[in-house]
Amino acid sequence: MIDWIIILQAGIATGTILLFAAIGEILAERSGVMNLGVEGMMLIGAMTAYSTAVKTGHPWQGVLYAMLAAGVLALLHAVVTINFQADQVVSGLAINFVGIGLSMVLGEGLSKAGAVSLLPVWTVPLLSKIPILGPIMFTHHSPMVYLGYLLTPAVWFYINRTRPGLHLRAVGEYPSAADALGINVYGLRYLYVFIGGLLAGLAGATISLAVSPGWFSELTTGGQGWIAVGLVIFAQWNPWRAAAGGYMFGALRRLILDLQGPQTLLWFKNPFFYAPKLGFFLQMAPYVLVIIILIIGSREAMKKRMGAPAALGNPYVRGERGL
Amino acid sequence: MPEIVNAVEMRGIVKRFPGVLANDHVDFDLRQGEVHALLGENGAGKSTLMNVLAGMYKAEEGTIFVDGKRVNFGSPRDAIAAGIGMIHQHFMLVPSQTVTENIILGLSDPRFFLPLDALDKKILALQEQYGLKVDPKAKIWQLSVGEQQRVEILKMLYRGAKVLIMDEPTAVLTPQEVDELFVTLRSMLTRGHSIVFISHKLDEVRAIANRVTVLRHGKVTAAGVTAKGATKAQLAQLMVGREVLFTVKRNPVKAGDVVLSVENVCAENDRGVPALREFGIQVRAGEIVGIAGVAGNGQSELAQVITGLRKCSCGRVVVAGDDIANQDPRSAIRRHVAHVPEDRHHVGSSPGLSLSDNLIMKSYRESPVSRGWVLNRPVIRNQSNHLKNEYDIAAPSVDVQARLLSGGNLQKAILAREMTAGPKLIIAVQPTRGLDVGAIEAVQGVLLREREKGTAILLISEELEEILSLSDRIVGIYEGRNMGELRAEEATLTEIGLMMAGTPRGDAGTR
Ligand SMILES: Nc1ncnc2c1ncn2[C@@H]1O[C@H](COP(=O)(O)OP(=O)(O)O)[C@@H](O)[C@H]1O
Ligand SMILES: [Mg+2]
Repeated sequence: MIDWIIILQAGIATGTILLFAAIGEILAERSGVMNLGVEGMMLIGAMTAYSTAVKTGHPWQGVLYAMLAAGVLALLHAVVTINFQADQVVSGLAINFVGIGLSMVLGEGLSKAGAVSLLPVWTVPLLSKIPILGPIMFTHHSPMVYLGYLLTPAVWFYINRTRPGLHLRAVGEYPSAADALGINVYGLRYLYVFIGGLLAGLAGATISLAVSPGWFSELTTGGQGWIAVGLVIFAQWNPWRAAAGGYMFGALRRLILDLQGPQTLLWFKNPFFYAPKLGFFLQMAPYVLVIIILIIGSREAMKKRMGAPAALGNPYVRGERGL
Repeated sequence: MPEIVNAVEMRGIVKRFPGVLANDHVDFDLRQGEVHALLGENGAGKSTLMNVLAGMYKAEEGTIFVDGKRVNFGSPRDAIAAGIGMIHQHFMLVPSQTVTENIILGLSDPRFFLPLDALDKKILALQEQYGLKVDPKAKIWQLSVGEQQRVEILKMLYRGAKVLIMDEPTAVLTPQEVDELFVTLRSMLTRGHSIVFISHKLDEVRAIANRVTVLRHGKVTAAGVTAKGATKAQLAQLMVGREVLFTVKRNPVKAGDVVLSVENVCAENDRGVPALREFGIQVRAGEIVGIAGVAGNGQSELAQVITGLRKCSCGRVVVAGDDIANQDPRSAIRRHVAHVPEDRHHVGSSPGLSLSDNLIMKSYRESPVSRGWVLNRPVIRNQSNHLKNEYDIAAPSVDVQARLLSGGNLQKAILAREMTAGPKLIIAVQPTRGLDVGAIEAVQGVLLREREKGTAILLISEELEEILSLSDRIVGIYEGRNMGELRAEEATLTEIGLMMAGTPRGDAGTR
């Protein structure tokens, strides 16, 4: 039978990966820079985290190095798009390939590494006793999951209620106005692209050292970076919506796995059990959902005045004509 | 003897852009407590000079002194720190942020957390002092243009700017809003501020400025003359470089049958917001009807609905008896509707094509210009050369790309194309915007000649002077509604201004 508590609990764990990556991308895009290299940055994070843990035995050191490795890749994107004003889409795709290629080469043989010390699993005293929510949210989770709970409100507050957050929004909406008021547009864009990279690395480390431990070359991330990019649009650049979307998506992925297990589903013969090839369609569903969300999201954003930061995708050049 | 204190002194400023010498050894000084007008045609280099003073641009040559001390601004922040704030022609406000957020943007206080309520109060207090009212919690996109301008002024005052540079502040305002702005500016003078007022409107300059500096082609043609001492004609001559006639001659013409009848038209703008609300208007043969309104009140959409470029959700557009609403532009063209669009460069012409290709863009399907599938190049060349001479289009040849023409010459080319089609109705939108005085005279001359030939003309313009001098009747538009009409002879600026600000004619009891 399908156990909803387990599905939701697993959804929170997997959703945390998307949450980190999407919030990182939200920060970068809020500053006006789109980075499509999330998948590549996550993969290099996952690889770095795992190999560091293998070599040193310290998973937390792995997390740190993962963030830095992905951050360096993001800085490359920053140089190309901010200094040289190259097309952000093209550069992002290139970063993606660089990240994937590097991780495959450097991660060679990593899958046969043997025993590795992973991130711990914590159960929160008291909170885990709450009915339903306790087992779903506060039982047997990696510290990363709890970090995700804190990160979401913190980032929302930072963006909307602090001075640096105000500057971040201004740089992404109207860089020449921000520049005229003495805000360092280039510096801030560098900073947030870098932070976006750090968080993508964190997402990668969360995969390889916590949620689905191990190194399975490019299947380690398996396209979750792309889902995170889609999630940013679904979330309308809002961290709360990104978190909700991430958890929902995580739960969906787990549900799909569980649907293929039992012989009967609600008194019927389970088609996914008897015809395993149908399962491929099921696995496709989340990605189809991303496409649908992208279409709906862009329509919704057109109608309301919310949505993408106005300067998203445009390099800023001081004194250039037009806005 | 006490010396006059100069708040700002600029000496020998040179600023180049690729292919243009925007400022050519310009001197400028601003005294404490005065309004100094910077006058000049479009492209004279006014904005460039002030952007140099405000730290936006770096001059290649020249020195700047503020309160007698030499300064070297690396960025706008340096200029603001020295007490110089600029309000740009295009407002520098973040539309998705609130008034308060925009005002405190870029300041180092508060350091981290934003105490929004306390800041709102502080800004209300500042508003009180200068009489500049606007809701601190409102988002910028919700505000009218006049309110946005107040936010810009508040932003600079909040930063402690002593010198305020205003780049064409009246271009976007109704006459009443202009009066309010002048009251604000005067009250700022009494508080020790000094103001640079950029404009190309002579009457305004004479109304508000103490002294005037005139720029032409990047050079100073009059430095700091007293505003009251100069006549309008003198200033115009300094600005343009030759004598200018301010009156257009409009011969009496008897209006004929109704050519255009717009009935209860509703349409949405690009953002899906209603732009026209049951708008109606009629234009007769041999008559110019002017539409007066502040930008963004539905004028552009009206022109697009009539010319088939925009769908309408209700109402009829009747041209010479046929309803052409919601049909394509060609049904309008077939009924001899000429269109002089607002956007010359993208709607009015195809910038990458040659001048001659642009000239035949409406007649390319017809017999001498084309035979079946093939364009008749010799005929096209002849016709184009003929039009180039007739309309006095300055271009090296008819093969030159349209994008290389200056604004005035491009506009003449568009008029040449539209007029050769033998129009029965002309929709002219901002036909003289951004043109120099010579080109303005030429364009207005073409419209008046067409009127005498019995063509119906709908003139949409933000230049009230133009509407007043060309139109037979004037219709006010506000938020997509018809605010009533005036005959040109009886119209005054005040009455038009009231309609533009949303008071339907008759309500104000001015009859
Ligand atoms: N950022 C820019 N890049 C290139 N050319 C410019 C730029 N700004 C202004 N110019 C040119 O410099 C000249 C002066 O422009 P401007 O100072 O804007 O004139 P004004 O404000 O008097 O209308 C014009 O020929 C204009 O085309
Ligand atoms: Mg200007």
